[in-house]
Amino acid sequence: MVETLKITDLHVATEGKPILRGVNLEIKRGEVHALMGPNGSGKSTLGYAIMGHPSYEVTHGSITLDGADVLSMEPNERARAGIFLAFQRPMSIPGVKMADFLRHAATNVRRPNRKEGEELIPMREFRKELNAKMDQLRMDKEFTRRYVNDGFSGGEMKRAEILQLAMLRPKFAILDETDSGLDVDAVRLASQSIADIGGKAMGILIITHHEHLLEHNRPDFTHVMLGGRIVETGGPELAIELHKQGYDRIRAAYPGAAADEAAMKDQAETVASH
Amino acid sequence: MAEVTTSLGFNREAFDAFLQSRGEPSWLRDQRCEAWAKFEELPLPSQKDEEWSRTDIRLFRLDRFGFPADRPAGARLADGLLTHRVELGGQVTAWDSHPHSARLNEKWARRGVLFGSLDELAAEHGDLVRSHLFRAVDAHYDKFAALHAAAWSGGTLLYVPRGVVIDEPLHMLSVISPGAADLGHALVILEDGAEATLLAETASLSEQSPGLHCGAVELLLGPGARMRYVNLQNWATGVWHFAHQKALVDRGAALQWTIAALGSRLAKVNQHVALVGRGAGAQVNGVMFTEGKQHLSYHTLQHHEAPSCKSDLLYKSALQDVSRTVWRGMIKVDPAAQKTDGYQRNDNLMLSDHARSDSIPGLEILADDVRCTHGSTTGRVDDEQIFYARCRGLTRKEAVRMVVAGFFQQVFDRITIDSVREALGEAIGRRIREYD
Repeated sequence: MVETLKITDLHVATEGKPILRGVNLEIKRGEVHALMGPNGSGKSTLGYAIMGHPSYEVTHGSITLDGADVLSMEPNERARAGIFLAFQRPMSIPGVKMADFLRHAATNVRRPNRKEGEELIPMREFRKELNAKMDQLRMDKEFTRRYVNDGFSGGEMKRAEILQLAMLRPKFAILDETDSGLDVDAVRLASQSIADIGGKAMGILIITHHEHLLEHNRPDFTHVMLGGRIVETGGPELAIELHKQGYDRIRAAYPGAAADEAAMKDQAETVASH
Repeated sequence: MAEVTTSLGFNREAFDAFLQSRGEPSWLRDQRCEAWAKFEELPLPSQKDEEWSRTDIRLFRLDRFGFPADRPAGARLADGLLTHRVELGGQVTAWDSHPHSARLNEKWARRGVLFGSLDELAAEHGDLVRSHLFRAVDAHYDKFAALHAAAWSGGTLLYVPRGVVIDEPLHMLSVISPGAADLGHALVILEDGAEATLLAETASLSEQSPGLHCGAVELLLGPGARMRYVNLQNWATGVWHFAHQKALVDRGAALQWTIAALGSRLAKVNQHVALVGRGAGAQVNGVMFTEGKQHLSYHTLQHHEAPSCKSDLLYKSALQDVSRTVWRGMIKVDPAAQKTDGYQRNDNLMLSDHARSDSIPGLEILADDVRCTHGSTTGRVDDEQIFYARCRGLTRKEAVRMVVAGFFQQVFDRITIDSVREALGEAIGRRIREYD
């Protein structure tokens, strides 16, 4: 049976405010799903909820990975189970070299039962693999000697996320706006990179506003999120339509979700103005 | 484990008996007696004293401790943390303020280097010791300084003659038994152009036992001398640690002084670097990790007495539980010290909501052509950082450990001795607890 990440009627709130209002989504390994939608519709929240961010409370629904209850797992257990989130805004960890961070990460993910303090992947073996991956992604070796995301440009951060994706080889990857802040060429390179590192072997959920990231990762499904729900699902042509024409048609077709979206936006603006 | 059979209390009778037992030359007896008079005259510091306003020693009972008693008998002490995979040029150990062992690579001994117990070398090389002992540290500064000057024993002397470059690290280890006192004095004399690296460790025989350290360190660098001095303080969490430490750095000499503090119940340390000759330089590094109810207070002074000197201080502490650190740093620039380049920085990382760190930088500048800057930061481990690392498969503890290691990296980058970096990294890593 094909491995499956299954999200059922997921409701998520943060600081007591509902964001997701019943999301259903099933991703099989080997499939590419695009998730599109206006700002603030809940796309990033879905990514965080799948990874178990402590500020996002699942109030209803389930997430399973081949039937196993993902919601009962710690974020690190989810990573070790084969779920990966490429962050829209990755955090910096000053003083920790990219290579050391990745070596810990790769060891943990490949040996899910590893106890803390147990041995890491041997340095030589790890280096060799890391260098090969960096060659493939056309990245400068200097990169891994720098501190994790510390002083990285927007583009460097996104490339660092893709490098981590390549090294961790998850079963399922959520790419949260891996294209944001990049120019068209950089997005194309990122798109190409994801395909190169074997996107086909993963189930991928690409959260994006643009079609460029999908160029080399043609989606099998495109989902539109509005007001915390997936309101429409189509094929690759839907992504192209939304990119060209925006969300007016969607809002008109789903007035309930559009009203929720407007309410969420008001709320967010009220919070921001305080 | 050794039982300590000290008669308790630092009183006149005990002092007389201590003097009697030592049979030292008159200059040294006189020095001790003067200090003893000062000790009797001075009160214990209290929070009314500006310097002690943040450090409460009302629970400290000096009468629970006494002069070093009989030499403890026992097996060899532990090796210490700083010496793994290091080819040492020599090693001196002390136990409860008594000399325990000393060895020095023959090739350095042949070149006139002295490295051993200060007790023993003071007897053999009286003139040398006499001309340097308490040259840097003020023996009458406060009650603890005076007690130390009156009652020091054991200790370490390193003397490196003119132009001798020791390229192997030297190690000294001073250990106390439960309830005992360490009154050791470290005296380091580097003549013109001499070079040495000294790794100094202090520790307890058991982890939570009480004890007293009332010590002093004097680092005397002649013109053009170069010294790396590392001091790892790893006392048990019952130990009261009072120390006066001072370096005199002469013309064109360079000192790298690293203090790592992990242990003790309460520490009050004055670390003082005086740049006394043109073009002298000092880099001062501090690494502190505190937990439980520990209170570590470090007062640092970078004193620019001569022109064109450079001092650069970086203290970093990470605090766990309800522990507390105090750093009070001063850069003092004398009128003669034109072209001074002085820097001090203190960063604190709070691992718990209940820990507290006080960071008080200060400048006192009496010359007009100087560059002096200071900075201080206090932050906490960021939950978003931890979540990010956990999304990469690291456990919370592993993530916190990594963030803390990263926090210290900047100061580790300055410590050029691998064994020290590794030992500190591991010791700190072991102490980090799981937090929710």
